[in-house]
Amino acid sequence: MSLLEVAGLRKAFGGVVAVDDLSFALDAGRMLAMIGPNGAGKSTCFAMLGGQLRPDRGSVRLDGRAVTGWPARRIWRAGVGRTFQVTRTFGSMSVFDNVQTVVLSHRRRLRSLLRSARGLYREEVEALLETVGIADQQARVCAVLAYGDLKRVELAMALAARPRLLLMDEPTAGMAPAERGALMRLIEGICRERALGVLFTEHDMDIVFEHADEIMVLARGRAIAHGTPAEVRADPQVQAVYLGEA
Amino acid sequence: MGLFVVQFLTGLSGAASLFLVASGLTLIFGVTRIVNFAHGSFYMLGAYLALSLIEALPVPRGTWGGAPFWAAMAAAALGVGLIGVLVETIVLKPIYKAPELFQLLATFGVILVVQDAALWTWGAEDRLGPRAPGLRGSIEVMGQRMPVYDLLLIAVCPVVLAGLLLLFRTTRWGILVRAATADRQMVAALGVDQRWLFTSVFFLGSCLAGLGGALQLPKGGADLAMDFGIVADMFVVTVIGGMGSIVGAFLAALLIGELRAFGVLFFPESTLILTFLIMAVVLVLRPQGLLGRAEPADAPGHDAEPVRPADRTWRIAVSVLLAALLALPMIADPFVLVLAIDVLVMALFAASLHAIMGPGGMVSFGHAAFFGGGAYAAALAVVHLGAPMTAALPAGVVGAALLAAVIGFFCVRLRGVYFAMLTLAFAQIAWSIVFQWTEVTGGDDGLLGIWPAAWAADRTRYYYLTLALVTAGIAFLRFAVFTPFGRGLRAGRDSPVRAEAIGIDVARRQWAAFVLAGAVAGLAGGLYVFAKGSVFPDEMAIPRSFDGLMMVLLGGVNTLSGPWVGAGVFTSLQDWLSRMPFWRLTLGCSIIALVILFPQGIAGFVRQRAHRHRDRGS
Ligand SMILES: Nc1ncnc2c1ncn2[C@@H]1O[C@H](COP(=O)(O)OP(=O)(O)OP(=O)(O)O)[C@@H](O)[C@H]1O
Ligand SMILES: [Mg+2]
Repeated sequence: MSLLEVAGLRKAFGGVVAVDDLSFALDAGRMLAMIGPNGAGKSTCFAMLGGQLRPDRGSVRLDGRAVTGWPARRIWRAGVGRTFQVTRTFGSMSVFDNVQTVVLSHRRRLRSLLRSARGLYREEVEALLETVGIADQQARVCAVLAYGDLKRVELAMALAARPRLLLMDEPTAGMAPAERGALMRLIEGICRERALGVLFTEHDMDIVFEHADEIMVLARGRAIAHGTPAEVRADPQVQAVYLGEA
Repeated sequence: MGLFVVQFLTGLSGAASLFLVASGLTLIFGVTRIVNFAHGSFYMLGAYLALSLIEALPVPRGTWGGAPFWAAMAAAALGVGLIGVLVETIVLKPIYKAPELFQLLATFGVILVVQDAALWTWGAEDRLGPRAPGLRGSIEVMGQRMPVYDLLLIAVCPVVLAGLLLLFRTTRWGILVRAATADRQMVAALGVDQRWLFTSVFFLGSCLAGLGGALQLPKGGADLAMDFGIVADMFVVTVIGGMGSIVGAFLAALLIGELRAFGVLFFPESTLILTFLIMAVVLVLRPQGLLGRAEPADAPGHDAEPVRPADRTWRIAVSVLLAALLALPMIADPFVLVLAIDVLVMALFAASLHAIMGPGGMVSFGHAAFFGGGAYAAALAVVHLGAPMTAALPAGVVGAALLAAVIGFFCVRLRGVYFAMLTLAFAQIAWSIVFQWTEVTGGDDGLLGIWPAAWAADRTRYYYLTLALVTAGIAFLRFAVFTPFGRGLRAGRDSPVRAEAIGIDVARRQWAAFVLAGAVAGLAGGLYVFAKGSVFPDEMAIPRSFDGLMMVLLGGVNTLSGPWVGAGVFTSLQDWLSRMPFWRLTLGCSIIALVILFPQGIAGFVRQRAHRHRDRGS
């Protein structure tokens, strides 16, 4: 039994079939890259796994338990953390407060009206900020951060609830090349160390081939190839639809 | 059978004015994204202008005797269109870039100005409308009589709809309007002159409102209550139809028109409630209205700013203010104390509205329901159960909280404008229940003789009681913003998608905040009743909700101190101005001026200044 098992997943928007009959599995401690040209259906797939969208068909299992169509907050409690392609943080709050909010929610302390949230779980939050390398900006408001830094905040938010599965939609977008490598090494380290399953999308092929254990190639909603980086690189169909273009 | 047919036709004719007004509103909203509260005022102006023109134009003899009447109708519509252009150019143009709530506030200002302008021009008396020449009598339809004029109204709806659709399909302007309604960025990208487009849309939208008012004249005449009278109806129709959709407005107007016509047959007591119930049902089933477009999930209502804990200057300022308030009874005469109690109560009311608007991001147009709800719950406990004040005040809190629980349950499923409109609709339901249930609530006559307990009966003591409770209430709401609960609420406002993705049930939390705010508004309502000794349905009516909105917006939504600063300024201004003739005009102009000068609110402006000063200093 794998950490994540997806079978026959499908989503259509009106006439556009964004994801079609998608099946794959991901084990704990492994990095799976989902690649494909713009509009291939990667983000739509992530949204179905994260609970932002309801699949039309198919099933999603987490440790064997069907979580298909669950609301996002329930999937999150079941151990799925995610980042978004277009970052979604709490713009009016400081970096610290963003991450602290997740910790509070994870500890089920977010309902209290009796005390101020100030300073709660300070060490834990600061450790997370340290991990993703943004501790020096913790007092800044998210609305004014650079895009690459927002991606880091999102990563800290995703890690704050100690997930078993991490979904990352273009985690390094908006970063300088050197930063990208460092961030991916960090993610890979966490993945191995904590035995996290990591599913990520990325347009930078160097990063994909360097960090992924497996690669799945999507084109028009369908998986056209799935295998080790070497297998995928050699696949003629992949070269035709995707790598050839790049 | 004949009765049904005639009732059906009556429903169609009733839909005419609704459609004309609502189509203008929806058109303006679709293109400019402005909810024009003053649209009801344009409707009223249409009726008055037509009246004056009909009286002024000479009537020729013979077959052309009817011409002046129809010319007056058309001229009134065009005149109102020009007034719309004037309003758009002077009031709205300077603030298109400001957050949309400030545009709302500006349109409130316009309502006030128009009210006094109409009073000054046409006098306070209700005016009868002249009959339409040639359409005076009635005809027989299947054994039942109905006015001929109704047939004209029945024809107007589809003709205007067809005209508008033709305009939108065939002209370049119409295509631009449709494109702008669908996607504003796209039009901006096409390099279209938005200013011109907005102005022309305002012209057409206002014309339609004016025409609606003018055509209504022979049936209902003209009076100064027409503006607020139509506000709820026009919102209901546009919201049921879907904001921005003309065809939706048409369908919704027919639906409401028919509902009223037949509702009168079966539930003559509760036609008002029926209307709003339909709206609630439609919105719960289809949150974007019949033909509306769903709003994007992650579009925050306004550009939220960080909340800041109190700094030293602030603490000192508040301490000084509190000290002054404590000393007030020793230095001020009783009249000032009465005003001070009013200001305090309104500050609490505004703070409770701010709690859902600011940190919650939910703009409510119907918050008076809880103020009035608390007031009535307290008053009913006294009048019917003989409860003492110490029991009646908590009863007000609980009553308002329960009402907020019911209303909030439906409303928190919606976002943005739709949320606002649904709260308005529910507030109107609550108002009409209080207004119509005479045996229990006294209806229009209100409930009288509700005085504080003996220990608080003295004016000064009641002042101190109010001061204590209001301070505690405001302090609690302020504190709540910094608690984990408040954090989660702000999270849901900043990004609902992210909030859900970290385990927050956004709708549920908003509901909880809504109930909490309702309870506090109920406390304000209870304090108000015992201060006045009476309560009337007006306390839950639309103008009261608007007062709350104005206070919050004047103070600044993004500022925690905003609501009470706004309440202080607004209530004092109103009290001071209301002793002068045409005070609404002055108040309206002041509001418009304040909005143009301080688009971030008064407290927001002061804070921004203070921070800029400090940033420079450091
Ligand atoms: N909410 C939506 N409504 C309608 N169509 C949508 C919606 N979301 C996605 N689509 C369509 O579904 C298809 C897949 O989109 P998706 O965002 O999943 O692609 P992607 O692989 O993430 O692309 P990119 O690399 O550009 O991020 C596209 O054709 C897109 O236009
Ligand atoms: Mg994508």
